Amino acid sequence: MNDKIRVIVAKPGLDGHDRGAKIIALSFRDAGFEVIYTGLRQTPEQIVNAALQEDADVVGLSVLSGAHMTLCPRIMELMKKEGLDDVLVLVGGIIPDQDIPKLKESGIAQVFQPGASTEEIIAFVRNNVRQK
Amino acid sequence: MGQDSDHPLSKGEVGKCGVAIDSLADMETLFKGIPLDQISTSMTTNAPATIIWSMYLVVAEEQGVHWKNLRGTIQNDILKEYIAQKTYIFPPKPSMKLIVDTFEFGSEHVPQWNTISISGYHIREAGSTALQELAFTLYDGIEYIEWAQRQGLDIDDFAPRLSFFFNAHNDLFEEIAKYRAARKVWYKVMTERFHCKNPKSAILRFHTQTAGCALTAQQPYNNIVRVAIQALAAVLGGTQSLHANSLDETLALPTEHAARIALRTQQILAHETGITNTVDPLAGSYFLERLTLDMEKGCWEYFERLDAMGGMVAAIEQGFPQREVQDAAYEYQKAIEHKEKIIVGVNDFVVVNEPPIEILLIDESVEEQQIQRVRNLRETRDNGRVLSTLTALRDAALTQSVNMMPYILDCVRAYATLGEICDELRGVYGEYEEPAF
Repeated sequence: MNDKIRVIVAKPGLDGHDRGAKIIALSFRDAGFEVIYTGLRQTPEQIVNAALQEDADVVGLSVLSGAHMTLCPRIMELMKKEGLDDVLVLVGGIIPDQDIPKLKESGIAQVFQPGASTEEIIAFVRNNVRQK
Repeated sequence: MGQDSDHPLSKGEVGKCGVAIDSLADMETLFKGIPLDQISTSMTTNAPATIIWSMYLVVAEEQGVHWKNLRGTIQNDILKEYIAQKTYIFPPKPSMKLIVDTFEFGSEHVPQWNTISISGYHIREAGSTALQELAFTLYDGIEYIEWAQRQGLDIDDFAPRLSFFFNAHNDLFEEIAKYRAARKVWYKVMTERFHCKNPKSAILRFHTQTAGCALTAQQPYNNIVRVAIQALAAVLGGTQSLHANSLDETLALPTEHAARIALRTQQILAHETGITNTVDPLAGSYFLERLTLDMEKGCWEYFERLDAMGGMVAAIEQGFPQREVQDAAYEYQKAIEHKEKIIVGVNDFVVVNEPPIEILLIDESVEEQQIQRVRNLRETRDNGRVLSTLTALRDAALTQSVNMMPYILDCVRAYATLGEICDELRGVYGEYEEPAF
């Protein structure tokens, strides 16, 4: 059985700023993860469906548009509905401090703000992903 | 992006990245009491630029202002959207046609308007090097000219209205060299490749914005210093206009306090430092001349590769500039993580437990109000007229040889929404989907 960590990197909403998402996708790949990048303009439904289809261990969301408080809780709601409770969901992007507690309450495991290093993100995934 | 504020995909984004404009009614509100013949307006609009510009032109009509007296700029640069910012709607071919339509319409009816601002800013923000920013941007310029010529336009009719937009990143001398090289390379392109006759066609005019991606969320007051130095580079490099970023750029839209400091930075540079006292003040510096020559050489090398690929649209379809930018962004990130590049406050000189600074939050009620406004409009306007103008638009889009501007103007006058106009055009042109690289 393939025991590589499977990660979906996704850009929800209309936001086209994909520099971060692509850097994360490349660093996950170089860290030995199996990475699926969804591309841009994904609806919450499409992202959760991809997580389901691809049997993802991790979903990494990148949001720089300010729409995270609408999109992320919606994605978490759908994840729960599909029984994907043990999938690790991370968010990166322009996320103000005051929004972090609410995002974590909705089930987001961790929020990475500007300046976060790919090493700390990779370490977080390794330490918190579900055991196979 | 071509969706109205009440479209499901717009949820959570209305008013967050700019003012929401769904129809002529919103543009009327925006410019109420502002005489359009007395101001110059710059609009950062790309894929829907023909529509947004049409709304502005109709507001001018309503004010009784002649289009000949309007001054301003629309960004209207779709190539860098495919390369970097990714807010495209239609595939490259129809998008390029719409842009050439604005060149033609502008030179005839709105002669003081800059119908395009060919932008390197977003390419750099997406992670390119200074050289890639320069080379891809100037080559985008070449591509627009070639498409316009194929549509039968004379170069000297529209080239004087082409303007450029560059980034100002941290490396002071490299940035100044980039601006100097831009002027030299463009002059050669215009005179030797396109044989323009009007000297104004060969002059490169540009706007500069300081690099948002070079600012840090950590110790954000340090950003004031970074912005001042980036703005200095732009002025020493001969920029025609300048936008200095606010210190909270990495965190949110600026607070009034942060925006004022950014404005004061420009005013200090303009009034206190004497740096505007002469043109090209660093000419003759051995170091800067060397950097400028290297930048030019790198640029011509990229041009050769792009020519060989069959131009920029073809290169985009092959994913070439996208891959170049993505790889450069990854290299930059690795250099920071390995501390080959020091970013103060991020990977060195760190402060733990910094107190947060005040940031601007957009009230969620803005979205609800805007959704109500567009729904009310659809109920109260003359929907028969909307339908007939949209049908005429569709027929015109099917006839490839006609200029689309008059048809879009008619839709706008009938209060058709941006989403409705785009949907009609999507039906004919299709929608662009980025291939995976």
